[in-house]
This record gives sequence, C-alpha cells and structure tokens, in this order.
Amino acid sequence: MSTTKKIAGVALAAALGVTTLSACGGGDTKDKPAGVSDAPKSKTVTLVSHDSFNVTDTVLKEFEQQSGYTVKVLKSGDAGAALNQEILTKGSPRGDVFFGVDNTLLSRALDNGIFTPYEAKGLAEVKPEYVLDKEHRVTPIDSGDICVNYDKAYFAEKKIAPPQTLDDLIKPEYKNLLVTENAATSSPGLGFLLASVGKYGEDGWKDYWSKLKANGVEVVDGWEQAYNERFSGSAGGKKAKGDRPLVVSYASSPPVEVLYGEPQPTEAPTGVSTGTCFRQIEFAGLLKGAKNEEGGKALVDFLVSKKFQEDMPLQMFVNPVTKDAVLPELFTKHGVVVEKPEDVAPETIAKNREQWVKAWTALVVK
Amino acid sequence: MAVPLAFFGLFFAYPVAAIVGRGLKTDEGWQFGRFAEVLARPDIVDVLWFTTWQAFASTLLTLLIALPAAYVFARFEFPGKQLLRAVVTVPFVLPTVVVGTAFLALLGRGGLLDELVGVRLDTTVWAILLAHVFFNYAVVVRTVGGLWAQLDPRQEEAARVLGAGRFTAWRRVTLPALAPAVAAAALMVFLFTFSSFGVVLILGGPAYSTLEVEVYRQTAQLLDLPTAAVLTMVQFATIGAILAVHAWTVRKRETALRLVDPGRTTHRPRGWAQRTLLGGVLLTVALLIVAPLGVLVERSFDTPDGYGLGYYRALQDAGAGGGTFLVAPLEAIWNSLQYALAATAIALVIGGLAAAALTRRGGRFVRGFDALLMLPLGVSAVTVGFGFLITLDEPPLDLRTSWILVPLAQALVGVPFVVRTMLPVLRAVDGRLREAAAVLGASPLRAWREVDLPLVRRALLIAAGFAFAVSLGEFGATVFIARADRPTLPVAVARLLGRAGELNYGQAMALSTILMLVCAVSLLLLERLRPDKTSGEF
Repeated sequence: MSTTKKIAGVALAAALGVTTLSACGGGDTKDKPAGVSDAPKSKTVTLVSHDSFNVTDTVLKEFEQQSGYTVKVLKSGDAGAALNQEILTKGSPRGDVFFGVDNTLLSRALDNGIFTPYEAKGLAEVKPEYVLDKEHRVTPIDSGDICVNYDKAYFAEKKIAPPQTLDDLIKPEYKNLLVTENAATSSPGLGFLLASVGKYGEDGWKDYWSKLKANGVEVVDGWEQAYNERFSGSAGGKKAKGDRPLVVSYASSPPVEVLYGEPQPTEAPTGVSTGTCFRQIEFAGLLKGAKNEEGGKALVDFLVSKKFQEDMPLQMFVNPVTKDAVLPELFTKHGVVVEKPEDVAPETIAKNREQWVKAWTALVVK
Repeated sequence: MAVPLAFFGLFFAYPVAAIVGRGLKTDEGWQFGRFAEVLARPDIVDVLWFTTWQAFASTLLTLLIALPAAYVFARFEFPGKQLLRAVVTVPFVLPTVVVGTAFLALLGRGGLLDELVGVRLDTTVWAILLAHVFFNYAVVVRTVGGLWAQLDPRQEEAARVLGAGRFTAWRRVTLPALAPAVAAAALMVFLFTFSSFGVVLILGGPAYSTLEVEVYRQTAQLLDLPTAAVLTMVQFATIGAILAVHAWTVRKRETALRLVDPGRTTHRPRGWAQRTLLGGVLLTVALLIVAPLGVLVERSFDTPDGYGLGYYRALQDAGAGGGTFLVAPLEAIWNSLQYALAATAIALVIGGLAAAALTRRGGRFVRGFDALLMLPLGVSAVTVGFGFLITLDEPPLDLRTSWILVPLAQALVGVPFVVRTMLPVLRAVDGRLREAAAVLGASPLRAWREVDLPLVRRALLIAAGFAFAVSLGEFGATVFIARADRPTLPVAVARLLGRAGELNYGQAMALSTILMLVCAVSLLLLERLRPDKTSGEF
C-alpha cells in the first residue's frame, strides 16, 4: 500500500508544481524575445501564419545567420482563423509579421488596419500585377490557382476528353463527375465559387450553379474529404474507392502527386482544367505594434528574396511572385501555367462575400 | 475550493466573458436586441433544432448500446479485458478527420456495408449517430462500469433472499445506486454530442450543421462576433438547463453506498444467458469500434507494393528531410505525451479539489459551481481560444505564445471528467467513516487520506485516464495555440492530410495508428497502477 501512496503523493506534488508554474507562467522568459524593452535590437523576430506555412530549415537558418535574428514561427489554424486572430489582437500582436492573408480576405485585413506600411527591399522584382495595395501595407509573397483537377486514367478509359472550362462542366458528358467543397467553410470551395462569379458576373453565377447542380455536382465539407475520399485520381481517393473523377483542388496538386508518389511516377496521374481557375495571391505584412519592427522588416525582405521564393514551391506548393525566381523542375515538368485565371477585385469580394456564400448555400446545399 | 475557482475564473470564465462581451457590447452599450434578431433567423432555428434532437438521439443510442457493456466490464472476468477496456477508449483520442475516413470506408459507397447488404449510410443522420456512439462508448463503459464494479453484489443477493424477484432486486437495489453514474455518463455524452463538430462536418456533409459548427463559422471564418456571442449564450443556456435537470435527479437519488473492491465482484460468466451477453457485447465492440480502427491500421500498411512498413519508414525520413512542416513522429509523440501529462496533472488537481469541495458543502452556490465546471465541455474551442487571445495578453499573464496554454486549454476539458467520475464515488462514501476518523483524532487531511483516498483511488485513475485521453486527442484548441516547432500527434496528422500525394496520405494513416497505440499503451499502464486487489483497510 505504501508504494501506491508514494506514487499518488509524487503525482500530486508534480501536479501542484505544474499549476503553480502555470499561475505565474507569464514570467517565463524563455518564450519572450530576449531584451524586449531594454536592448536596442531584439534578437528574436516572430512570424505569425496559418497551418500551411512551411520553409526548409536550411533556408531559414541561412537567413538567421545573415541577419542575426532568431525566427520564431507561430501557426494558428486555417487562413481565415489566423487572420481573424490578428484582427482581434490588433495593437497587441503576438508577433512581428503576419503571413497568409489572401486576396479574398485582403480588404478585411486592410479595413481593420492591422498592418504598418513598409516597402520591401526587392519589391521591384515582384510582378506588378500582384501588388494590389499601393500603400504597401501588405507585400505579395506567393500565388496559387484553385482549379478543377481530373483523373487522367478515368478519361482515357472512357475515351472522352477531360473538361477544360467552366462551361464544359455543365455539359451532359460530365454529369455526376464533379465534387467540390463547401464555399462557406473551405477556401478552395470559396475560390471555385469566385471563379464562377468572375466568369459569369454578379448576376450570372447563380444561373451557372443551378445548371451545375442539375448536372450532379457533389458538395462535401472540406478539401481533405473531396480530394482524399471522393476523388478517384488521388492516392487516398483510390483507397477509399472514390468515384468522382473531377475535383476542385489546386493547379499544383499534380506535381504534389508526383513528388509524394510511392514510387514516384514519371507522369502525374491527374491533370488540371485550366479554364476553371481562380487565382489566390497571399500577402505578408508588418504588424502594427510589433515589438521588433526592424526584425520584422528584415523578415518581410527575406520572404520576397530569391532564396525564399525558390524554396516555396516545394514547401507550400504555390508559385513565386518575383520575376527572377526559377521554378523547380517538378513544377515545370508536371505543373501547368494558367494563362487567364478568373479574377474578382478584393473590394468586391469583401462587399459581397457573405451574401454570395449565403445565396450559394441556399441554392446548392439545401 | 479557492484553487479551482480561481483556475476557472482565469482560464475559462474571464476569456469567454471577454469574447462574448466583445460581440455584444458596442459603443452604444449592450446590444441585447441581437438575441431576438439572430434567433429569429430560420437558418439558426434549423441549426438549433438539429443540434438538439441529434444529441438526444445519440445519447439514447449510446446508452442503449453501451450499458450492457458497462455491466459486462464491471462484473465479468474474461481474458483480454484490460486490453479491450483500453481499446474502447482509443476512439476518444482520434482526430475526427481520421475517424470520418474510417466510417466512410465502412458505411459509405463501396464500403463494407454497401458490399454486403447494399446499404449506404453516409450523408444520412445514421452515420452521425453511429459515429457518436463510437466516440462516446467509453464514457458510459468507464463511468458507469467503474462504479458498478464497486457495488456490493451481496446487497442485491440479500434482497433476493428476502423474496424479491431478480428484476425487482435489481431495480430496487442496484439501479438507484447506479443512477447517478448513469446520469453523469448520459450528461457527458449529451454535452459531447450537443457540441459535436468534426463528426457532423465530415459525415453529415454540408447540409447538417450544429450550433458548435455555426459558432466556429461565425467566429473563425466570418468574424461575426455578435452572432457568435448570441449562439454561445444559447449554448450556455441549454447546457445550464440540462445541468439543472441533472443536479435535480442526482440529488433525489444519491445515497451513501457500500463500496467494495472491484476484484471481489467479478467472476467468469456462468450459464448461457451470461455467455450470450458477453458474446453480444464483444460482437458490438468488434463491429462498432474495432472494425473502423482496423480500417485505419489496414490503410497504414497498404503501400503500393503490397502490405509493408513503407509509410512508417517514410515517417522517420521526414524528420531528417528538413522543413518546419514535418517533424519526426517520435518528436510529435513526445510533444503529445508531455502536453497530455501536464494537462492530466492540472485536471486531476483542479478536478480533485473541486470534487472534494462539492462533496463537503451544499447550498446553491456550490451547486452553481458544479455546473460551471461542466460548461467547458459545451463551449466551443474557438470561443475559448479566441478568448485567450484577447485576455491573456498582458504581463504577467501574456501566455498567448507560451507552451503552458496548450495543457491549460486541454485541462479545461479534462476537469469535468475528473469531477464527474469522482463525485458519485466520493458522495457514496459514508460520511460517518470520516466522522469516526475525526473523533479518533485525525486531521481533515488525514481523514481524507485514510478514508476517502483508498475508496476513490480507482475513480481517480479512471478520471486520469479520461483526462489523459482527452488531452492526447484534443485538436480544436491545440491547433490555435500549438507552436509550429512543437506539433502534437493530431496536429501532425491534420497537416499530412492537408496535402495531396500518396506518401502524405499513407503517413497520416501511419501516424494515426501510432496515436492509437500510444493511447492504448498509456491507458494500460494507467490501469496497471491500480492498487493491488487485497486492499481491505476498512
């Protein structure tokens, strides 16, 4: 009996230790940038981002060595949730730089004034069509296209051409083949809705969607399900016996299928319908009230530097925004270039988004 | 009492009140008119209706399926019992995305059910209900079974000797003694299913939505804090009402019980009736819990070159490959275990103190506190997470980027389990034993140690198991708070599933299998801690 008592006693003591620690955990200096208030130059710079942010360790290390800063990365949920947290903590941010606001959310970020203007070194290299904010409160970092992907094997076997445009998707030969995501909760879902708004206008998109619905479009909640469960062309979908050969995903999904194939295939099993795309542009900005503004500026410079821009494609599967960045072979060989993505101005999106999503839900889901 | 009160005030009530306040208060003052506005919306009415009835249905179904199992686990001795008890708790820790995958494989198109009998249940409400049973089976088995095993069967036997029929004896003796535990389990299942999030999203498709899903959407996606605040308050009110009903039933039923060592109440099943019961329970567990888990394990080995360890090996390589995205699985396991241990410790201390305080004192205030402790189960992670952000932002409490926030948030969900599991046992302790100890000169602490602790040790371990499992699998709050360099297992699984490619999918399955294993092994170890069976100090 005495050993059990001892164990219980130790556990209790440990537990109490932990709670005491938690009660005064704020003083935990380890988590704070060293010398926040007294030293002239803080050594830690914090990047706040969403779950998809990623960078090769060696690339980040190199920046740390050259700049003398230590980079701390804080990821918090999906893109929408991460941005909303920044808006809530406006004035007292958790970090110095926020990365991951895209053109569908840009107006919300700018209207809430969470960023300090800063013109990044190297901005001249950024393709001008991506610079949407002339005051430079945000700096474009990457772009990616949300497009319908198709299962090559399916269409080869059925001997029909895969669809190429939004118009194709409502044709009878593609009946009951497409699965998309809930526009209310998923960013590819929203992107696809916006592609239709871009193409058919604010008046015409509803008509398009009723035809798409009549043609048997299936809506699931998120990308994981659409792509890994329902889509017949992906690895997960094959295992799950997915029977939809068309899915709303990204233009970079085929290269990813190659990279993470086991063993790597010589050709991507999936293709992209290039006439169905909506272009997402992601931005970073220096947060208002940043504790380490100098470090934050250096970090923004780093994000548009050639080194980071060329590392990005294989880490986050997006395209660089600078003119001089060279794409990896995987992208040039298996990826596609989307010449004319559909486009909707950020202000128009900000103004109508909620109402569009509501109308879409009523029309397609219910 | 003061410690749990302070804990809840600081890490729950204050953040939640702050975020709700942010939503309802404008420069012109409080906007209570919002309530009528939001609640009149037909889409919100639909959500409320669906949330409520599916929770009732899920709770009933879970009780129906799991109560026989609680009996079997409490009274029968059979080989592999401990292992099985750990296995039924595993669903608790699995990320819903992963479970959704498994359920779709069984119930969806081309799934087992489809191939055998041609029935598809995906996108029907049945898939949701069955998944809820899958998740909450352990709540009933462990909460009710824990107490049942300690009820002295001789009392029922005595009633029968005195002439009562088998059923009457059970109804008059065992049922009243068991009622508080059943009520507690039902309440927890109800709270979990009422605030169901992932299951409804994945298995119900976008057509079904619960209040919790709506709160998440309004807060995280739309930043419509006023609507989110109204919905949070509605969720509060509902849970408050349920708790009130629960408190009322418990007060009517609770009596001091004669508790005995569980080792003395179990026996091997005798006769065809008992063997059939055992067989039925084992079959249910196999179909409902082991089969979905099996699908995941199967997929983790199912590489393109046949069955093998390919994905597990890939997990090892990933750590060396660089990139902040991928971490070595060992590291994620270690992170998860550290967080979960810290959270369990916090939950046990806070919950234990609270349960002790609740048994000692009565009165309206204490009962209110009882209800407060349950609220975190019914409040969405996003509300708490966003609340943390706007309240814990100033020294000395700028914890927003500190690791401790993760176990703190996890403990909030663990505490109700500790309290609910321990209360029925603690309340059942005959107060006269304590008085006797006091008369004999024992200090209150000593009396607790000598009288209560030996009796509640088992409940304490069951509670610890729950708190640990909840913390291990917690995703909602963790994903907002976890630092990029220290992802937990569920967070790592979600990151892998968020990418295309064979290898990522396979690794996600492999990592989920590891998560199951870690959970099962930890629970088995915890059960091992159980005191030796010859304890008989009273």
